[in-house]
Formats: sequence, structure tokens, C-alpha cells
Amino acid sequence: MKNDSTFKLFSLSIVWVWLLFFSLVPYGLVIIASLLSHSENNLIQLPFTIKNYIDVNNIIYLRILEKSFYLAGLCTLICLVLGYPFAYIIARMKSSFKGLLILLIIIPFWTSSLIRTYSMIAILKSKGIINSFLMGIGLIHTPLPLIFNNTAVLIGLVYNLLPFMVLPLLTNIERLDNRLIDAARDLGANRLTTFRKIILPLTMPGIIAGCILVFLPAMTIFYIPDLLGGAKSVLAGNLIQNQFLISQNWPFGSAISIVLALLLAMLLLIYWKSTRGKKERDLL
Amino acid sequence: MTRATSPFYVTLIYLFFYIPIIVLIAYSFNNAQYSLLWHGFSLRWYQELFTDADLWVSVWHSLLLGVLSATIATALGGLAAVSLYRYKFFGRNFLYALIFILILSPEIVMGISMLILFNLINVRLGFWTLLFAHITFCMPFVVVTVYSRMVSFDKYIFEAAKDLGATDGVIFNKIILPLLWPALLAGWLLSFTLSLDDVITSYFVAGPDFEILPLKIYSMVRLGVKPEINALCSVMFIVTLLMVMLSQFMLRKKP
Repeated sequence: MKNDSTFKLFSLSIVWVWLLFFSLVPYGLVIIASLLSHSENNLIQLPFTIKNYIDVNNIIYLRILEKSFYLAGLCTLICLVLGYPFAYIIARMKSSFKGLLILLIIIPFWTSSLIRTYSMIAILKSKGIINSFLMGIGLIHTPLPLIFNNTAVLIGLVYNLLPFMVLPLLTNIERLDNRLIDAARDLGANRLTTFRKIILPLTMPGIIAGCILVFLPAMTIFYIPDLLGGAKSVLAGNLIQNQFLISQNWPFGSAISIVLALLLAMLLLIYWKSTRGKKERDLL
Repeated sequence: MTRATSPFYVTLIYLFFYIPIIVLIAYSFNNAQYSLLWHGFSLRWYQELFTDADLWVSVWHSLLLGVLSATIATALGGLAAVSLYRYKFFGRNFLYALIFILILSPEIVMGISMLILFNLINVRLGFWTLLFAHITFCMPFVVVTVYSRMVSFDKYIFEAAKDLGATDGVIFNKIILPLLWPALLAGWLLSFTLSLDDVITSYFVAGPDFEILPLKIYSMVRLGVKPEINALCSVMFIVTLLMVMLSQFMLRKKP
């Protein structure tokens, strides 16, 4: 039995040491940093203060947080509306192409999101594909302002994050028991009632998982607003990035991150509660 | 949705996914610097790409970083998944929750937390800081991939092995590893892609001595659209495509 405990001890301790040192300790440091002060000479210094949290409560920063939540929320909604019917059709397909079609969804999911954001520029810019096409057919005479504004950021976010919505939905809808739908129809429910009373509740874990996987990154992928947005398209991620690398105010940047993380944690808690004890928790 | 409209809708979504990528690849062969009009087929941008020495240094750095962090993350993640599956231990639920939190927590928070840590212990930003950060964000994904594979195992195999006198080390080498290698390989490939593509965490923990490809692309893209980047992105897309197909093949294949 001695050998057994050696192996167990070895694997557990190496995993624990790594996670303690590279995730728990650093996350703790962010909390501590958010409670410290900042000066010209030191990135972080004593004394302890809650000034950073009071500073977050400033109309400029609250506006940015509010706008981030609004854009991320809108992005999540669009992804859900576009992604649900798509996932539903693919999941319930009986064609032999189904495997290939799923693979075609996984490929963008795995491709560098920076590259895909970059390709959006070529499509959206004033002499880009869409504008050239619309002007070519004479529908418009001046280019539409598609890039360097919030619309472009939204399009970029949806384009990047749609696979994150589709994949959990797909897994969830595939598990749907056909007999329940048939039973509902036999008992006289119309399509809408069947969807509302049977399909929607049963696919709720997939919907929530997809929404979380879209909403969380949408708040913080700073390079999408950076590349596609204009000067006014600063989101929560850009704000944190600026505090760390441009203003060099680490304590304040940490405080914003903590506020953001707490808001997001509340959403996760709702997810955790809604899938208690279910297999659907395995997101990927 | 009716039978007639659904193929149409599915096609539209696929077009949305793939048109930007196809446009990108098409323009990488266009013989013009700024124009969107077709000026004839040319490999000019690929030539420029392959003679850009700085760029190839960053490609080499990224590949090195990707291979090392994927390998270490797979080893650590594999051990974590096996432990989670096989043992009941103090803090097991906590470990499970921690891995879940690591997957879901915004990348930017991991980036800044690592930056603060490395600053505190006075480590110079560069290769090592990138390596530690990449291993840390890849590992949870390996755990999830491997763990979900183990759940499908027949538990009696382990009991049978134990009855026949195998120790845990022997069980690991003779049973778990052979059964798990497709999942480990898939986890490795996922980690490798994540590492190769990562912008956000790397942005905070990279130093000037060790430039990596995503950050190089990021700085090039910020300066404007260049056909050379189109060529680079097309090459990267094809490489990713091959890797996805390989990993899918590994996962599908039942032992």
C-alpha cells in the first residue's frame, strides 16, 4: 500500500503547489493590490486604503462599465437569437454531413480570434467589401460608417463569440428526448406550446452555458474595441489594460478588475445554482 | 422554422463564419498594396512574409512556448484529472471548483494577477513568465478534456487490476495511460492552439526580449492593414485547420 500513497501524494501535491502558486496567490495579490496606494515612484505602496473603490464609483468609470454590460448583453442576445435556431437545426439533423457541419463550427472556435477580428476590418472599412459592394450596385453613394464605432465592436464580438454560444447549445439539444416532443404533439400542443413548455425548459442549461461563455469574454476582450472601435469605444477590458500599462495605476486597475469579477461571479452563481448536480456543468 | 427555410438559414450562418476568412485568404494573393480590386494573382506577399527575419524569430518563440507549455500543461492536467477521478481527498471539491473558476474567469484578470506576482517576486518579464502563465491557463482545459474522457471508463477495470495486485503506479502506467492517450493528445493540441493564439494574458506578462507571434501580429495590425499580414493569417488558418482535424480524429477514434 505504500506505493499507492506515494503516487497519490506525488500527483496531488504537484497539482496543488502549481495552482496555489500560480492562481490562488496571484488572485489574492490582486485583491491586496486593490487595497493599496499608488505613487509616481512606486507601482504599489502602503498604506492600505479603500480609495480605489471610491474612485471606481465615478461617473466616467461607471458609464464605461454600464456600456460594457450593455454591449456584452446585446452581443449575448444576438448570439442566442442567431445561434439557437442554428444549433437546433444542426443538432436534430439526420444527414451524414452532420459530423462535417459540426467540424465546420469547431474550426472558427479554434482559430485565433485576433486573426478573425483582423479579417473583419477588410470587410467593414470604408473602402471595404460591404461598402464597395453597396456603392458598386448604386445603392449608396457615400460609404456607410461601419467601422471605428460601437456597431463595429458589436459585429466583431458577435462574429468572434458565436461559436461559444452554438457549441454548448448543440450538445444540449442533441440530448433532447424526441419522445417528449412527440408526446406533447400527441396531446394536442401546437408548435409554439411544445417549444415553450418542453424544448425551452429542457435546453435551458445549454442556453445559460452559452450565454456565460459569450458574456464573460465579451466584457474583457480588449483587442476587439481596440481594433474595430473608435476613440469612444472603451470597454471594461480596455479600461483595466490602460490602468496597468499606460497610466501605471495598478491599485486602481486591480480595483476595477475586482468589481468586474464580483459582478461576473454573481452571474456564475446563478449558473451554478441552475445546473446543480447535473452533467451539463462540463462546459466543453 | 419550416423545412424549406432551415437549409437557407444554416447556409447564411456558415457564410457569416467563413466569408471573412475566405476574403482574407483571397486578398493574400492579390498583387496590390492597398486596392481591393483584383490586380492579378501574386505570391509577392508570401515572398515578403518568408523573408521577414524578425517575424520568423517570433514564430520560433511562439512554437517553442507552445510545445513546452502544452507538454507541461498536459502532464499536470492529466495528473489532476486522474486524481479527481480516482481519489477522494481533502479539498477535492475545492480543486474542482478552482479549475472551473480558472476556465471561466476573465483572461484579463489572470493576466494582471500574474503581472503583479512576477513583479512582486522580481522576475524579469520574458520567456519564463510567459511559460508559467501559458501552462496555468492551458491546464484547466486539459483537466476538463481528460476528465470527461475518464467518466466514460468502466470502473471495474481498476477494481480488477487492484484485485490482481497492481499498485496505483502500475495502474496508471498500464491502464490509465493507454486508455487516455487520445484525450491527452487532444488536450495537448488544444493547449498548443490556446498558447499559440493567446493575446490577452501574454500581453501582460511578455517582455521586450522575447517577442511572440500573436503580440507581433497585434502590433502589426494596429498599424494598419498590410497584405503581408493577410498572407501570415492565411498560413496560420491552414495550420489551425490541420490541427483541428487531427484532434477531432484523435477524439473520435475509440480504443
